[in-house]
Amino acid sequence: MNLSDDAVPALDKEEEFRARRNRINRIAKWTLPSLVMALSLLAWHLYVTLNDVPHYVLPGPVPVGKSIVEDWALLWPAMLTTSRLTILALFLAVTGGVALAVAFTQSRWAEMSFFPYAVILQVTPVVAIAPLLQIYVDSAFVAALLCAWIVAFFPILSNTTTGLKSADHNLHDLFTIYGATRWQRLRYLAAPSALPYFLGGLRIAGGLALIGAVVAEFVIGRAGTGLGLASTLLEASYRFNFGRLYAALILISILGIGIFAITSLISHLMLRKWHESALTREI
Amino acid sequence: MTARHGRRPLLTMSRVEKTFGGETVALKDLSLTVNGGDFLSLLGPSGCGKSTALRLIAGLIHPTSGRLEWSGERGAGDLGIVFQEPTLMPWMTVSQNVWLPYRLRGKGFAEAQRDIDAALELVGLAEFTEAYPRELSGGMKMRVSIARAMVTRPRLILLDEPFAALDEITRFKLNDDLLEMKAALGCTVIFVTHSVFESVFLSDRVIVMAARPGRVISELGIDTPYPRHADFRTSNEYAAHTRDVSNALGEAMGAAA
Ligand SMILES: Nc1ncnc2c1ncn2[C@@H]1O[C@H](COP(=O)(O)OP(=O)(O)OP(=O)(O)O)[C@@H](O)[C@H]1O
Ligand SMILES: [Mg+2]
Repeated sequence: MNLSDDAVPALDKEEEFRARRNRINRIAKWTLPSLVMALSLLAWHLYVTLNDVPHYVLPGPVPVGKSIVEDWALLWPAMLTTSRLTILALFLAVTGGVALAVAFTQSRWAEMSFFPYAVILQVTPVVAIAPLLQIYVDSAFVAALLCAWIVAFFPILSNTTTGLKSADHNLHDLFTIYGATRWQRLRYLAAPSALPYFLGGLRIAGGLALIGAVVAEFVIGRAGTGLGLASTLLEASYRFNFGRLYAALILISILGIGIFAITSLISHLMLRKWHESALTREI
Repeated sequence: MTARHGRRPLLTMSRVEKTFGGETVALKDLSLTVNGGDFLSLLGPSGCGKSTALRLIAGLIHPTSGRLEWSGERGAGDLGIVFQEPTLMPWMTVSQNVWLPYRLRGKGFAEAQRDIDAALELVGLAEFTEAYPRELSGGMKMRVSIARAMVTRPRLILLDEPFAALDEITRFKLNDDLLEMKAALGCTVIFVTHSVFESVFLSDRVIVMAARPGRVISELGIDTPYPRHADFRTSNEYAAHTRDVSNALGEAMGAAA
């Protein structure tokens, strides 16, 4: 131990180890899932070709890929329709959910009167409502939109309501002392406190909106209205077109991943400066 | 008592009583005059109604009976408050947190910037204006909280056990700084604490309270003139005062039992 003062290493052993591990983690985060994906595709391909599995039981990845390319003209509009349905439902769920949550926190009477019905709406299976909607609503798209909205709406409402109430009590007292108006209290205290809760709800609602859209298409799209990916999938199954069925399934998954990625990114961007959930621990 | 001569009453509380839920008597028969320029400590065991008294003064709750009378007009920003926790808004930077009292009065950041910077300068955080609360230590967060309470240069600042959660070294430093700030602002301070030593070091009046029901047992004057420095803590005078206050507190505990 003959280190002179100026020869102190910038990184000790532990730090060095940590830096290396971080570097490896950064790369592995992408490469490992990609590798798993590649291996699964390969296993799938080998299983199907070596066992001569008939295509109507399980098509291999090659025909599915081919189907995506060949049926693109059909799949792409379907994907657009499903995306539009999902995003619109999510948008309406956000505006409706947030507006109602604000109303609930501003008026106890409103909350007492209407919250039970929000719960009823949530617990009634959307599959059971969809056929009814189809009867009462002329446009199949609007009916499907309502279905997806019903499913996506509740997590936003419930999370935002909790969030709006989560502000520190001492801060509330401080706002009282400084004579804050209702609007100031909402804008500067309740809303920022609710943001992490709302964003958590948004991520759940994004996934649910897609599920709602798919269910709605299954139930409503059957009427030959030619809706999105889920109806395409159903139709492909009637025609024993299993390549297309799997292609539609994969596109639905991709859509779900995309929605999750976007909502997660929004959440990260809005919280990264201050919220614990978005901070990477340095130690 | 000479130091307090000629001070004008700022707030008079007469026979104030507060009962919660019809049964918990948090405060009974509290009469107290707070003079402009006082550094007044409320000292007493847990549950004796110190926080309740502070909340009454802040206007957050209202007395069950009795009266609080303010002399002169009470305007917005006349009162600052510091809680036991720093209670900062984690989504705002240090200077935005200090801006809050002005912001709620509709004063823009640019307009308030001079005062904000001055307040942060006074608490020694001029370098940290753009930091977020999570980047600060416990003591620094408390300093921000104090800066927020005094940015409007209020007549009265209330502190409810602000340093209870801090280590002793940090607490001593903040005690010293608090006295300096008070001198700089010339405001009145009401300080709630559990610590005999803290109350003697800081205040010129110590109000000793007892619990069940919460009431004032005695008042002691600490007439050592300001400015008081670290050497005051080791002086005989300080030791004598702490002994007196400890005895009074012992009586208060005995009275409660
Ligand atoms: N909102 C409330 N509702 C009912 N009881 C209350 C309420 N606030 C305070 N009390 C009661 O009043 C009494 C005094 O409480 P207070 O918080 O003023 O004590 P304190 O002196 O500040 O104690 P501590 O030193 O522990 O902070 C306690 O018995 C407490 O239980
Ligand atoms: Mg208390």
